[in-house]
Amino acid sequence: MIDAAFRSLRAAGPMEQFEILPIVPLTLGGLDISFTNSALWMTIGVGLTIAFFYAATRRRTLIPGRTQSIAEILHEFVANLVRDTIGHDGKKFFPYVFTLFIFILVANYVGLLPSIPGSPHEIHTFTTTSHIIVTFALAMVTISIVLIYGFAKNGLKFFKLFAPSGLPIWLMPILVPIEVISFLSRPISLGVRLFANMLAGHIILKLFAGFVIALLGAGGFASVLAIAPFLGSIAIFLLEFLVAALQAYVFAILTCIYLSDAAHAADH
Amino acid sequence: MLSFLFIAAAEAAEAGEAAGLPQLDSSTWASQLVWLAITFGVLYWLMSSIFLPRIGAAIEERRDRIADDLDKAAESRRQAEEAEAAFNRALADARAKAQAVTAEAREEVNAEIDAMRKNAEQSIAAKSAAAEERIANLRESAGARVKEAARDTTRAVVEALIHETPTDAVVEAAVAKAAKA
Repeated sequence: MIDAAFRSLRAAGPMEQFEILPIVPLTLGGLDISFTNSALWMTIGVGLTIAFFYAATRRRTLIPGRTQSIAEILHEFVANLVRDTIGHDGKKFFPYVFTLFIFILVANYVGLLPSIPGSPHEIHTFTTTSHIIVTFALAMVTISIVLIYGFAKNGLKFFKLFAPSGLPIWLMPILVPIEVISFLSRPISLGVRLFANMLAGHIILKLFAGFVIALLGAGGFASVLAIAPFLGSIAIFLLEFLVAALQAYVFAILTCIYLSDAAHAADH
Repeated sequence: MLSFLFIAAAEAAEAGEAAGLPQLDSSTWASQLVWLAITFGVLYWLMSSIFLPRIGAAIEERRDRIADDLDKAAESRRQAEEAEAAFNRALADARAKAQAVTAEAREEVNAEIDAMRKNAEQSIAAKSAAAEERIANLRESAGARVKEAARDTTRAVVEALIHETPTDAVVEAAVAKAAKA
């Protein structure tokens, strides 16, 4: 039994949880677009979200029930966020910001679910937001909307974003490159922030859990010591619970701030 | 024991390094992007076309209803205040009327009492006048009778003394003389 624990520890390194495994192999024009464990957990997250919102809005009552209340609180929360940061122009971005927030929030939380013991590796719990390509793609959607909407609304005045009016001329050569670099680094920082938080959190969770098994496997006095990483993993889990919501919120609020820049670039 | 831990950790790290970060394996990117686009797209479509409008409508409806109810409550309050004012007015009217009726009744009763008192006084005055007249009559008739008696007595005394009947004129003079004395 102890041997089995060792083996599973070696097999299940802290990076094993991030591996992409195909479930239904598919190719399209030479591209591998297999339905993978990542796709499975995106589908699970979105499926749960749709099921919840379907239940919450099926019977709309004047005095809301539990699910309707939660849906309304989420709606008001994001609506206030959009209204406060973007202002009146924000209304048309509300569905996007809301979808983004819910998608990331649910993806982060389903990633914290425990895997079904003994289930095949393909259906082990997977955090889709722990992959840089996913978070970067979401960030790029936001930045694309900022660019398209920014130029559509302000025309060339969009560039005033990099050169605020009232800026002394001699500061321009210093400030404009800084503004341009900060603008260009937005999609990277937006994507990397979420990815890195999820990656680090899950690695630490796995390491602590691995220590528990290793210490229990060592037997004797070491088994007693296993309580320390066990408590540690509980603490990290609680922290991750907070981080999951916080990162979804941060992503949503930064999206709003960038969209607000696009909406008000000409006023700078 | 602890060295075992280090070995385990080192092996785990080595395994990770050997495989590289799964996140950097670009062969999986196309699949992730495709399924992200599909799932995110479906969610966005359902949210923007069905769920969010529904929730927004429910919130809006409640807000309208609450505003309506508040208006209605204000209207009811205004009506209640009006009714209270009307009631107070009616009460004041009734009180004034009652006072008027009371005053009238009191006056009527006073007038009646006055009339009765006057009647009584009149009848008392009439009765006392009649009584006085009677007393005067009686007094008069009593004087006459005394005079008559005196005349008769005088006559009788004179007859008894001198066996002569005096004339009425003499008797009368004698009685008047005695009465004066």
